[in-house]
Order: sequence, then structure tokens, then C-alpha cells
Amino acid sequence: MSEEKISGGSSGGISMRSAELVVAAFLATIGGMVIYDSVRLGAKWGADGPEAGYFPFYIGLLICIGAAVTVTGVLRQKGDDKLFVEWGALRQIMQVLIPVALYVLGIQLIGIYAASAAYIALFMVFMGNYSWIKGVLLGCAVSALTYTMFEIWFKVPLFKGEFNPLPLIGL
Amino acid sequence: MKIQRLFSGAVVALFAAIMAAPVAAWEPSKPVEFIIPAGTGGGADQMARLIQGIVAKHNLMKQPLIPVNKSGGAGAEGFLEVKAAKGDPHKIIITLSNLFTTPMATGVPFNWKDMTPVSMLALDNFVLWVNAEDPYKTAKEFLDAVKKAPPNTFKMGGTGAKQEDQILTVAIEKAAGVKFTYIPFKGGGAVATQLVGKHVNATVNNPIEAVANWRAGKLRALCVFDDERMPYKTRVTDTQSWFDIPTCREAGVSTEYVMLRGIFMPAGVPPEAVNFYVDLFNKVRATPEWKKFMEDGAFNQTFLTGKAYADWVSKAEVLHRDLMKEAGFLAKP
Amino acid sequence: MDEINALFHGFSIALTPFNLMLMVIGIVLGVLIGVLPGLGGANGIAILLPLTFSMPPTSAVIMLSCIYWGALFGGAMTSILFNIPGEPWSVATTFDGYPMAQQGRAGEALTTAFTSSFIGAFFAVVMITFLAPLVAKFALKFGPPEFFSVFFLTFCSFIGMGKEPAFKILAAMMLGFALAAVGIDTVTGQLRLTFGWHEMMRGFDFLIAVIGLFGIGEILLSMEEGLSFSGRDARINTRIVVETWKKLPRFWVTSLRSCLIGCWMGITPGGATPASFMAYGVAKRMSPDGAKFGTGQAEGVVAPETAAHAAGTAALLPMLSLGIPGSPTAAVLLGGLLIWGLQPGPLLFVEQKDFVWGLIASMYLGNIVGLIIVLTCVPLFAAILRIPFSIIAPVIIVICAIGAYTVNNAMLDIWMMLIFGVLGYAFKKLAYPLAPLVLALVLGDQAEDAFRQSMLISQGSLGVFFSNGLVGSIMGLGLLLLVWPLFGKLKARLKAAG
Repeated sequence: MSEEKISGGSSGGISMRSAELVVAAFLATIGGMVIYDSVRLGAKWGADGPEAGYFPFYIGLLICIGAAVTVTGVLRQKGDDKLFVEWGALRQIMQVLIPVALYVLGIQLIGIYAASAAYIALFMVFMGNYSWIKGVLLGCAVSALTYTMFEIWFKVPLFKGEFNPLPLIGL
Repeated sequence: MKIQRLFSGAVVALFAAIMAAPVAAWEPSKPVEFIIPAGTGGGADQMARLIQGIVAKHNLMKQPLIPVNKSGGAGAEGFLEVKAAKGDPHKIIITLSNLFTTPMATGVPFNWKDMTPVSMLALDNFVLWVNAEDPYKTAKEFLDAVKKAPPNTFKMGGTGAKQEDQILTVAIEKAAGVKFTYIPFKGGGAVATQLVGKHVNATVNNPIEAVANWRAGKLRALCVFDDERMPYKTRVTDTQSWFDIPTCREAGVSTEYVMLRGIFMPAGVPPEAVNFYVDLFNKVRATPEWKKFMEDGAFNQTFLTGKAYADWVSKAEVLHRDLMKEAGFLAKP
Repeated sequence: MDEINALFHGFSIALTPFNLMLMVIGIVLGVLIGVLPGLGGANGIAILLPLTFSMPPTSAVIMLSCIYWGALFGGAMTSILFNIPGEPWSVATTFDGYPMAQQGRAGEALTTAFTSSFIGAFFAVVMITFLAPLVAKFALKFGPPEFFSVFFLTFCSFIGMGKEPAFKILAAMMLGFALAAVGIDTVTGQLRLTFGWHEMMRGFDFLIAVIGLFGIGEILLSMEEGLSFSGRDARINTRIVVETWKKLPRFWVTSLRSCLIGCWMGITPGGATPASFMAYGVAKRMSPDGAKFGTGQAEGVVAPETAAHAAGTAALLPMLSLGIPGSPTAAVLLGGLLIWGLQPGPLLFVEQKDFVWGLIASMYLGNIVGLIIVLTCVPLFAAILRIPFSIIAPVIIVICAIGAYTVNNAMLDIWMMLIFGVLGYAFKKLAYPLAPLVLALVLGDQAEDAFRQSMLISQGSLGVFFSNGLVGSIMGLGLLLLVWPLFGKLKARLKAAG
């Protein structure tokens, strides 16, 4: 991949306003969940100091207030909405984010070592235009190195996945 | 006749050998995960890492033993993992009292019956400590003073909430008819220091947590919550050995409590595997390092396996349920 | 002068070829452990502890403490090069260290960080050598109200200085507190905010959040800017160490202040993390260049690194003299002492003179050896940034995933890391500050525990926080720092008016 900026069709993208609203909604949801559970635990100031939910209750409340103030600020602001991210840049980000998500899924299924080798190889080949040989070599080298370090030297077992492929190569 | 007997003897021996062969043959075929349902640096962690060191140093096992801390939710995380690993003989877990207290206090669904008992390593003692500058020389003097003061004046420091220290505190309150303010801290070392700094009035630390300050003359041991005195007669402080500490019953407080340090495995493992680990821990217990550790920490060296162990555990479970029920610590359903 | 004699005796114990070799091995292993986020000093030492079981205690503790030094040095490296703090106390180092690296000044930032660490640690070791008994007594004065006052002071020194919208700072900080509250409640033993989901019981570890927010978030940001780390033109400059050293003396005030903050926080024991945040916050207020902090000021690297290492080193003192660990790593070392048959506590200095002074001597030596090793490698480390993005990015992500997993051995944490990555990206673009979130996440539950323990002691009276001179003055100092920015504004207004 060439390292020049892809300006994309700079005409559009996700607006700052909608991004603000999504994040604020996310925060408000978390705040609400925190408040809900705090009330369940008891959020009063008991005889001998605050109960388990006392602090979380106000924490949740403050999160909601923070989100609410942000939302009103955004809604009141008129005209000239800046872009949060352009479509072109978003595509760039998705080109990394989706493979990372797939990589994490890969770890879940076939374990850290196999997934890491595959991920590094594929990233280098598709994002960096390296040859398959280089990609596969480096991917396997990194996995072999981490295997030696964690499993053999430090004796720290890493996640092998639900379908552990390592026995296939005699490990 | 003689030949026949010899022959039949040989057959029996051969038969026994064939029968015995698979039993002796089970050995871990990959590294064994040693789960510690507590954080790094605590009592269970120390013991587990000591065992790992002993196993490695004396070559007691061909595969390595790998301690893994799973301390989330007061240890529930570690227990749930063992519960889920049904039939996996490459996982063992060291337990403390949270084996009983955590599911009872939090309602997280697990029970020791979800696991296979392997062996008891030792029982950890609890000692009633006060600051050496305080005037109380015996447990009775101390508790009388607590009784005389308005309720909640005296503060008892301990590790964690609704766990062994707090349960024991409640048991003392019941037995002596007093009322403490219980203050939970995160680790036993911190608790002992709080007592030295006079931020709390008493603690029920395990011997190993408080021994350093006891030897330095900062703390005074009033009594031990076991049914008999600790057997170690070597002098620890200038004037006292562990044996010199009276039991609480002698001192007029009929409260007894010890904490399990034992090993469990997942359910549904082959009996040969259980035998392998029983044998392994027998070997560990025979090493000089282990013996020294037991003496340093003034452990009660009761060792049980098999049915005797399971019986002990089920008795302890009933005891904990009763104590926690009385204290109102059971999770609401 | 007993101390001097004892120290030289210590040197004679520590300076055997075998022990020197262990030092070098320890430092190298430590750097490696520090570089991998997740495998921090505490985990690293716990893992290697059994290996030292067959060594003499003095040699064993020398090696382990060198692993600790190495991990301290290594943690700064990933913070500066990739914006991924490998340890909680390296977070504040990223604020100015990473911008420096992006401007092509990675070598300078690394040299500054390593040198500052060395100075902080050295200062603390000197203090341990001469003031040990005095200092130990001071640490005993700290009960729950005093602990709370220290956390309060840390928060006060750090908040009120961001440029972001106030309500976004509030929301971010409270989110940090909320995440810190997940899991078991120390005071009542109840499960909080887990919603019956067992995987949530272990709570949110700081490292998972940081790896995601800072590490993955940063990679997403640099993707948007078009597949490059802006610092890739980092030249290999072998003279960078000398050049940086020429600039450092002018920060001596910051350095000294951070040493004092660090030592104080290490002993109390508040620990290295609050020390680094507090030192950064105070330096930002006091320095004439304070307004430029966060844009790549060397002074912003000096302050947290010096304080963190002074604190990390000073934390070993309460461990040795009282048996209370001042840091998670010290807690593991404490376990080690017991396994080797040594009893930490007031008598250790009397009964185990060889061990104690051997260890103190090894602190001097280990630090010097460590500094030499890492400084010679600075050009090499800085050159990592020259590796093309399409190779280094997947490798960083792999390292992040491994780091996230090793913290708790939990697969869910890798997913969490991914979620935090997206959150970090969105937060950064929408001007939600990450630093208060992280500070709250690291210290939130400790501060709450200390507060509620104090309330239990005082039976619910807030007066306990002003009940004696020590706690009262720390609280007062905190309140003073809290209203400090208002004074500045008032002054400006008065000037404008009159």
C-alpha cells in the first residue's frame, strides 16, 4: 500500500453531530446501568458510612449529566457541522478494524499462535503488498518467538483456541 | 504343592502387576495448570509458588507445574473454571476458605462437590493479636475491656468482607457477647501493619502474616483459635514459642476456626490421575523446604486424602453455612 | 557512618561475578517483560520466582530486583514509541513522550526517560541507605483516612488542568470510576455491576483499558491519517544520548520535586502510579512551559518517570522494614522472601544484615548496569519506528492481544481491548480526555475503599479527615491545589480590571 493520503470523495462522511450523539447515548446507557445496579445494592448513606452502591450511584448520575449536557450543547449548535470522519478515511480505518476483529475471532477459534501468524501474513500481503513468502515467514517467525518465550521460557500458557491446531504440527 | 504355590504366587504377582501398571502409569502428558483463586502475593499464592518451586527443584514431575492466578470475584473465577473443566486431569486448584464463603456470600453457583478432592495440605491457624503497647495480657482481659466499652468502640481489622476473618470476628462476638467494628482490608500484611500503627485494636491474622511484627515486639498474641496449641516449641520471640500461645478455649473464649489449604481437581477425572497427585503432594510434604515453611507459618499439619478429606470438607461447609447464616452474610436468593 | 560501612560490606557481597551475571540477565529479562504489556514487573517476578528457589537468597533477590529495574525501563519504551503504557505508572509518560517520538525525537525521549528513571531510583536508594528506620516509622502513621487523603491529593493535583470541555472531562473521569467499581466490593463483599455475568467478576483491569484506549486507538487514528507513523523519519543518531544529556540539567527543579514526591508516595505507600500522575500534574502547574505540556516537552517526561521510579524503589523499604508491600511487585517479592526463609519486618535489618545490605548495594549496581544497557540500545530502540507500518502495525496488535490475555488469562479481555480501542478512537476525536479516565480507573477502587474504611472507623463522621495534623494537612494541600486554577483566573481578571 502506498503511504500517500487517500483523500477519498471528500464530499461526505459521518458528521460530528451524529458521532457526538452516539457516544453520548453510549455513555448515558452505561450511566443508566450503573444507577440501576447501585439502587439494587443500596445507594444510601448507612449507619456506618456509605453502602456498596452509594458511590456508583452518583458516578452513574454524573455520567448521565455529562452526556446530557454534551447532547444539549450539540443540539443547540446550529449550522456548519464539521465532519467526524470522511468516508474515505473511514474505509481506511475499517480496513484495519475489521481484520483486527477477525483476528480476535480467530484467536477465539484457533488460538493466539496460529491466528497471529495468519494475521501478520495476511496484513503484510494485502495491506503492505509484500510477497506471500515474506509475509508467511515473518508471521510464523513472530509466532514461533512468542511460543518460545511464553510457553517454554516463562511457562505462561496462552490461549490455544476452541479448536487448537498446534497438535497438528506436533506441539 | 510348593511349586504350585509358587506358581499361583507368580500368577497373582503378575496379575497384580498388570492391574497396577495402568494405575502407576498415569502421568501428566502436558504442563499442569495450578489455579490460585487469589491474587499474587497472598497466602495461597505463596504456598502454590512454593510447591511449584519444590516440584521443579526435586524433579517430582516430568511436566512443569504452572501457577495461574484467577482471583476475580473473591476467587469465584478460579473455581468456576475448574467446574467448567470437567474431566481435565491437567488442572488443579489450591483452596482457602473462599471455597465456602464466596458462593455463600455472592450466590455464584459453585460448590466443592463440583470438584474432586485430592488432598489437604495443611490447616492455617488464626491468632488473636493486639498491639504490644496495649495493656491486655490475655484474651479475657481484652474481651472484658471490649465488653465494658460501648459497642463498636473496638475495631477489628481483617482481610476481605464476609470471608474468614469477618466470620471469625462474628463468632468471637457471639461467644463473648461483645460487638466489634469490623474493618476490611485487601491483604493480611496490610492488616498487621494497621494494628502496629494502632489504626485498629485487634486482628485475627494468620501466624505467617503477623510473625514478623510479633518477633519485633510490636504485637502480642493472645490466643489461637484451634482446639489445641500449635506444636512448635522453638522460640520465635525472645520469650515465647508458638506453643506458648494458649488456645482461646483455655482463655475462656470457646471459638475455634481453622482455614483449609487443600487441593482439588475438576470432576470426572480418572482415579489414577487423582492418585498421581495424592502421591505428588505426599512427596512435596516430605521435603525439608515444605517442613520449614510449615514451621515458619505455624501451620496445623493435618493431612487428609480421599474420603476422610471429603468428609472434613463437607463438615467445614456446614460449619461455614451456620456461621454465615447467623451473621447474616448469606446472599439473598 | 555505620551505614557507609554496611553499604561497602554490601558491595562486597553483591560484586561477585556470579551476581553480576545475574544482574545482567535480570535486566535483559526485565526489559523484555516490561516491553510486553500485560507481563508487568509483578507478573514477571511471580513467574520467575520459582526459578530462583535453588539460589542463595541474596543472589535470588538481586536477580529479581534487577528484573524489576529492567521492567521499569522497558515500560517507558512502549509508552514513548507506540503510546502503549506497559505499566500503570508509564501512562503519564505517554502524554509528552509519544508526541516527542512522533516529532522524530524518539531517541531524545527515550534517553530522557531512562536517565530520569535512573535519577529517581538513585535518589530513593540513597534515602533507603541513610534514612531507613526513620522512614519506616513514618509509614506506620498511615491508616485509612491518611490513605484517602493521599488519593484525594493525587486527584486534586491532576484535575482542573485539561483544555477539554468540563462536562466531557467529568463524563470520562466518572466512566473510569464506574469501570473501577466493577467486581467484588472490598467493604461489603457484594458483587457490583456484574449483572450476573461471571466473566465480569474480575472487573476491568487497567491494562486492558489502556492497551485498547491508547494502543489500538492510536493505530486507528494513524490509519485515518494514511498508513504511517509520523515519527518514521527517526534518524539513527548514536550521539543522541550525549546531546540529550546536555539539555537535561535545566530541569533540575522538576527532577528534585519529582524525586521527593516519588519517595514520599513510595513510602506511604501510595505507590508509583499516583506518584507519576501527581508529579506530572504538579510540574505542569509549576513549570513556566506548563501550558505546552502534552505537545512533546522533555520536562513532561522527566517529571513522571523520575517520580515513578523514586516511588517504585522507595516502595521496597516498607516491604523490607515492615513487611507491607508498597506495590504489587513488592508484594510478590515479599512472597519470595518468605519462601527463601527470610522474614521481612522490623528485625530483617538486624538479623539479616548480609541480605539487606547486599540487596541495597545491588540496587545501586543494578540501576547503573541497567542504565548502561538501555542507553546503549537507545538508537536501536528508536530505529524500531523505521520499520514500515504494514509490518509493525500487525505485530503491535499481536503484542497488544497477547498482553491483554496475559493480564488475567482471559479471552474476554481481548474482546474488551478491541472495544476499548474503538472507544479510544471516538473519545480522542470528540475531545473526551483519556487521562482522567485512566487515573480514575487505576485509583478509583482504592480511593473508595480507603474512604469507606475511614467511615467505618469514624462511625460515619467526615471529621476523621481532619482529625490529626497529618491527614488534615494532606487534605488541606489537596483542596488548595483544587482551587489553584481559580486563583489564576481571579488574578488574570483583576489584572484586566485594574
